[in-house]
Amino acid sequence: MSGWIRVCALDEIALQGSRVVASSQGDIAIFRTADDQVFGLHDKCPHKGGPLSQGIVHGDTVTCPLHGMKIGLKDGEAVAPDKGCTRRFEVKAEDGTVWLQLN
Amino acid sequence: MKKQKLVVVGNGMAGIRAVEELLKLAPDLYDITVFGAEPHPNYNRILLSPVLAGEMTINDIILNPLGWYADNGVRLHVGKTVTRIDRTARKVIASDGSEEEYDRLLLATGSTPFILPIPGRELPGVISYRDIKDTDEMIATAATHKHAVVIGGGLLGLEAANGLKLRGMDVTVVHLMPWLMERQLDKAAADMLKTSLEARGLKFLLEKQTEALIRGESGRVCALRFKDGLEIPADLVVMAAGIRPNTALAESARLYCNRGIVVNDTMQTYDPRIYAVGECVAHRGIAYGLVAPLFEQAKVCANHLANFGIARYTGSVTSTKLKVTGIDLFSAGNFMGGAGTDEIVLNDPSGGVYKKLVVKNDTLVGAVLYGDTADGAWYFQLVKDAQNIHEIRDHLMFGQNHVGDVGHAGKTLAATMPDDAQVCGCNGVCKGDIVKAIKSQGLFTLDDVRKHTKASSSCGSCTGLVEQILASTIGGAYTPADSRDKPVCGCTDHSHGVVRQTIRERHLISIPEAMRYMEWKTPSGCPSCRPALNYYLISTWPGEAKDDPQSRFINERAHANIQKDGTYSVVPRMWGGLTTPAELRAIADVADKYRVPTVKMTGGARVDLLGIKKEDLPKVWADLGAAGMVSGHAYGKSIRTVKTCVGAEHCRFGTQKSMAMGVKLERMLFGMWSPHKVKLAVSGCPRNCAEAGIKDIGVIGVDAGYELYVAGNGGIKTEVAEFLCKVKSDEEVMEYSGAFLQLYREEGFYLERTCHYVARVGLDHVKQIVVDDAAKRKELHERLLFALQDYEDPWQAAVAKPAVRREYEVIRIKEVAEVAP
Repeated sequence: MSGWIRVCALDEIALQGSRVVASSQGDIAIFRTADDQVFGLHDKCPHKGGPLSQGIVHGDTVTCPLHGMKIGLKDGEAVAPDKGCTRRFEVKAEDGTVWLQLN
Repeated sequence: MKKQKLVVVGNGMAGIRAVEELLKLAPDLYDITVFGAEPHPNYNRILLSPVLAGEMTINDIILNPLGWYADNGVRLHVGKTVTRIDRTARKVIASDGSEEEYDRLLLATGSTPFILPIPGRELPGVISYRDIKDTDEMIATAATHKHAVVIGGGLLGLEAANGLKLRGMDVTVVHLMPWLMERQLDKAAADMLKTSLEARGLKFLLEKQTEALIRGESGRVCALRFKDGLEIPADLVVMAAGIRPNTALAESARLYCNRGIVVNDTMQTYDPRIYAVGECVAHRGIAYGLVAPLFEQAKVCANHLANFGIARYTGSVTSTKLKVTGIDLFSAGNFMGGAGTDEIVLNDPSGGVYKKLVVKNDTLVGAVLYGDTADGAWYFQLVKDAQNIHEIRDHLMFGQNHVGDVGHAGKTLAATMPDDAQVCGCNGVCKGDIVKAIKSQGLFTLDDVRKHTKASSSCGSCTGLVEQILASTIGGAYTPADSRDKPVCGCTDHSHGVVRQTIRERHLISIPEAMRYMEWKTPSGCPSCRPALNYYLISTWPGEAKDDPQSRFINERAHANIQKDGTYSVVPRMWGGLTTPAELRAIADVADKYRVPTVKMTGGARVDLLGIKKEDLPKVWADLGAAGMVSGHAYGKSIRTVKTCVGAEHCRFGTQKSMAMGVKLERMLFGMWSPHKVKLAVSGCPRNCAEAGIKDIGVIGVDAGYELYVAGNGGIKTEVAEFLCKVKSDEEVMEYSGAFLQLYREEGFYLERTCHYVARVGLDHVKQIVVDDAAKRKELHERLLFALQDYEDPWQAAVAKPAVRREYEVIRIKEVAEVAP
């Protein structure tokens, strides 16, 4: 399955904020960075399962609210020296609409 | 633009540290080429002693493996000594004839051992102790020969002697001075050290001057003769009689040298294109031989190489630790004392403990510790910060625990702890994990250790212990973090104090504006600096600066406490701890309706509803709001609760109406954001049932009015609140409490509790403003009231505003693909 699914309007996600999308593949966190890029990650920190959607977004990184592990939004990889990876989803914003691709 | 060329002469700890710092600041500014005379990548020279002692291997002490150079685009020439600098053509020429041009040149040529000018110094078997080659030769000789003599009873000499002894040699240490390590120790400590080393089988000859080294039949050195005619056998002679800055290259290029290569506070030599760092340098007349100052120099130098131009090196206070396993010895600063100083001494020769603290004008200026060095890092911090110790002077000798500055830290001596002893209770990190990370990753700072091991990164109460482990593992390379001017985080070089001041003086009112003005290094900060900036802005410019929810931790953004499973807890406010049957019914109804799994009382004596889904929060709040309840802020760096006892309203002992007083205080402070959480308590009599002695503000009713206490804490480390003053009326309680809290709001650093704030600025400072100066007190109180006016309950705001409510809603999608636009 590789089509694009409509999520919401871009301005329904705060700058440096995120929203949670409930999907058949689990909760997906959609992030919007300060420079208006959007990213999608499985809403579970590889450390202890914290909801990444609730973290603080800075640059293209999110910091998990539970224990502060930093996860790169582009690749879902934990920032060194931490190790761990979160599944990522294809997300794009076009003409003010956010689109998601389920894997 | 074409990259500039940076050439670094010297592949040691100072030169490479400068390169690392530079790469952090400006990774693409230079093409970097490094020349190293030794055939190795950069290694940790100070850990050669454990290698010699057989406790570590060469591989353990490599700091930057060859791959690091490749990964960072640094060209490395190993085994090439630079012999000449052509300053006109701006190039360096190496021993093999190869040349390299430079735009900037960094000299980090280190030092060379001082070789005594005595006959026989060139014989085989006579070496210095400086590098891997020397260490290898000592290890090899120990396997084949018997007698070793170490000339020099300083730090390096003793470590060499200890290592050779452990390798099975018969070792004599020869020293010119009347006691060992005279640069670091006074006689009393040195004598104890000598006794302890003698018990390990080392021999000492003090006040002996070596006249000649004698050649044996094999051509190798065989003996050593003193001025007084005495001869002792020697198959190996290690010269450890000091080091000299290696200035030969600089001098040949006619750069001004005096003891070392002379540099200014930006680490620049007399040729503006040429910088120098490390042991080869003379800065303000001092050449440092310890690694901690070199790192400070490297940082400053990198700042200027990166064209930032804002850092200055103003010299270092140094500390020393002997890396001989089982011997605890520490010295720092001016440990000999002298005119104008007082010495506080603890001397227990049989117990093997000696401590001397040198105090001048109520500041600690130096320390020598033998046998028990647990507080070394703390004393060093006090020396570095030049902190006034007047108030703790009588406890100073008994260490940090006695003063009560840390939690369960430092109970055990770091060096004697077993590897499997747990250090960090929050993250389950053992001593062995920390030591391993320090050694294998080449860590030097507390921050590094936190990043790699997580030790002391949660509640922080084991920080002292982690610092001790760091200090005992890396010895002299350890510098405690600068607690005064510590940068807020990696995004800036400015401290909390500077950031606060700048926001006030420059009238900055938004985070992007503040970051731009203070030249933040990251585009949008990090989870450490953004909440701090947000707090400083809204507390300095209430009504003008706009709160940025995205720069708040989730609890403050969602107005509830996140739990380990991602659900939230909700705590409705109960003014002064009072409630009504109607409120309790509404709470019970909410608990039923939303199937709240756990209902309990919080530590502040409020009802806690745990396990609520984020989506349900606005509905829960709407129901609570209908019954007249508002947010309890149990989640914020803000006013939490005012705990009260029953007081004169009912209690037969009560002298004041504590419940009414508590309600008034809690209503006055509703909506107050602060550097950290704030808790109050009001007791109606000195029996103090509300436990006011461990609150940020404790109010205790007495017959004639109230006693006010401040800066108590019942958290990580219990702190008893300090007496502020007595007041007569309820109005005065409000005014004094409000003024104290506003002062804390204006001067406190983000995440600094009142107890830490008051410890930093001193209770006298607080008293002068809040108690003695009625005009300032009133102004503070008014500013607090101004900041808190019109504060809207965040729960009802979230219920009412769709844009805010969206934060709580989950997006449900139709999983049907549309044609991509």
